[in-house]
Amino acid sequence: MRYATPASAKEAAGLMSKEKGAAFLLAGGTDLLVKLKMGMVEPDLVVDIKRIPKIDEIQASAKGFTIGAAVSGSVIGQHKGLKAAWPGVVEAANLIGSDQIQGRATLAGNLCNASPAADSVPAMIAAGAKAVIVGPQKKRTVAVEKVVQGPGQTCLTKGEVIEAITLPKPEARTGDAYLRFIPRTEMDIAVVGVAISLKLERGVVKKAKVVLGAVAPTAVIVPAAAKALVGSKLDEAALDKLAAACSAACNPIDDKRGTVEYRTRVAGVLAKRAAKIAFQRAGGAL
Amino acid sequence: MSNATLVSTTVNGDPVQFACPADESLMTALRNRVGLTGVKEGCGTGDCGACSVTLDGSLVCSCLVLGVEAEGRKVTTVEGLSEDGELHVLQQKFIDHAALQCGICTPGFLVAAKSLLDRNPNPDETEIRYALAGNLCRCTGYDKIVHAVQAAAKEMRGNGKRSKKRS
Repeated sequence: MRYATPASAKEAAGLMSKEKGAAFLLAGGTDLLVKLKMGMVEPDLVVDIKRIPKIDEIQASAKGFTIGAAVSGSVIGQHKGLKAAWPGVVEAANLIGSDQIQGRATLAGNLCNASPAADSVPAMIAAGAKAVIVGPQKKRTVAVEKVVQGPGQTCLTKGEVIEAITLPKPEARTGDAYLRFIPRTEMDIAVVGVAISLKLERGVVKKAKVVLGAVAPTAVIVPAAAKALVGSKLDEAALDKLAAACSAACNPIDDKRGTVEYRTRVAGVLAKRAAKIAFQRAGGAL
Repeated sequence: MSNATLVSTTVNGDPVQFACPADESLMTALRNRVGLTGVKEGCGTGDCGACSVTLDGSLVCSCLVLGVEAEGRKVTTVEGLSEDGELHVLQQKFIDHAALQCGICTPGFLVAAKSLLDRNPNPDETEIRYALAGNLCRCTGYDKIVHAVQAAAKEMRGNGKRSKKRS
């Protein structure tokens, strides 16, 4: 195995595209090194992006935030501006693994690993996050929901590298939240994850986005669930409709963490709770 | 050892050089090439925390870091906790509170607890339990460890960093 530390995303993309053998990108390494240890991957080349200038920084601007592909969960959790703007994204990122994992794990890595149960992905989608993808020839920006195409599958073509995740500046009276259910208190993989972002106008939900994780091969955007919230002040009838729409959108697997029936039911319950948190964060009164 | 890369890094404040293959973990490099066997291998997959070290001040599992990634960085292991042959107050409190049995998990707990107290000198029990959730102990259980960390935090807040020698 060879190891390279390119000085730019473009150089990283060039190395990845030219490699004839198996090339893997290394950011936090919390997935790659486990796969390496397990013998699931045998890289000929590992391209470590962490020496690229600014790739481990969060840039705030009038448009929003640019989170470099090597920014760790712990750095995200300490960023006051990001926490104030998108608390749901921050809490989703910080739910991933232990403090040790948080010291390394990245949003871009969570996205590229493309696990159906990735915690940060539903939250990023609900917040309107985009991935800045650099290829050997050109750069493109893709909505996060278009990146993951199936378990372990992304839209990245050979040589393409995610350089950053962008989040828009939230509109006034916007709130987001992410909740997941796991069988333990900590250190487990989501049975269900729910991310909700909503915008209020005069105390009423004007816009909403509801995204489920761990209940289908990829994160699922549920327009019917968003519709249930719009125009409401989160009364019981709206919450019941939200829950029903979320449960109806589930297409989960059965495994040791939860049955199909259980995941389907819990999706609705969690959605109600997440909606209330997002509503209050947007300044709504319950 | 063909295709070894020479890595220049700082470990526990001292400049260190080692040569390792690119696919070797920092944990293995620290243990087998630098001789710091306080870094323990539990799972090797980032689940148990026995190999915890800090890398540029950030708590990480050294099994999930490549040795070559340490180039130019600062690594701290459990061996870096004591000063001038005197135990760090956390180490002393682990002994006082019998917060270990077999000892395999202990270095990781100490490094993680030190990292917690550096960020938060006065954690409550819940904060301690969450901060140490990435460290698994399969013999003693966690109560004594939590008590030791609480006692160390209290002493560090009151008396500066050094533990008083036991009478």
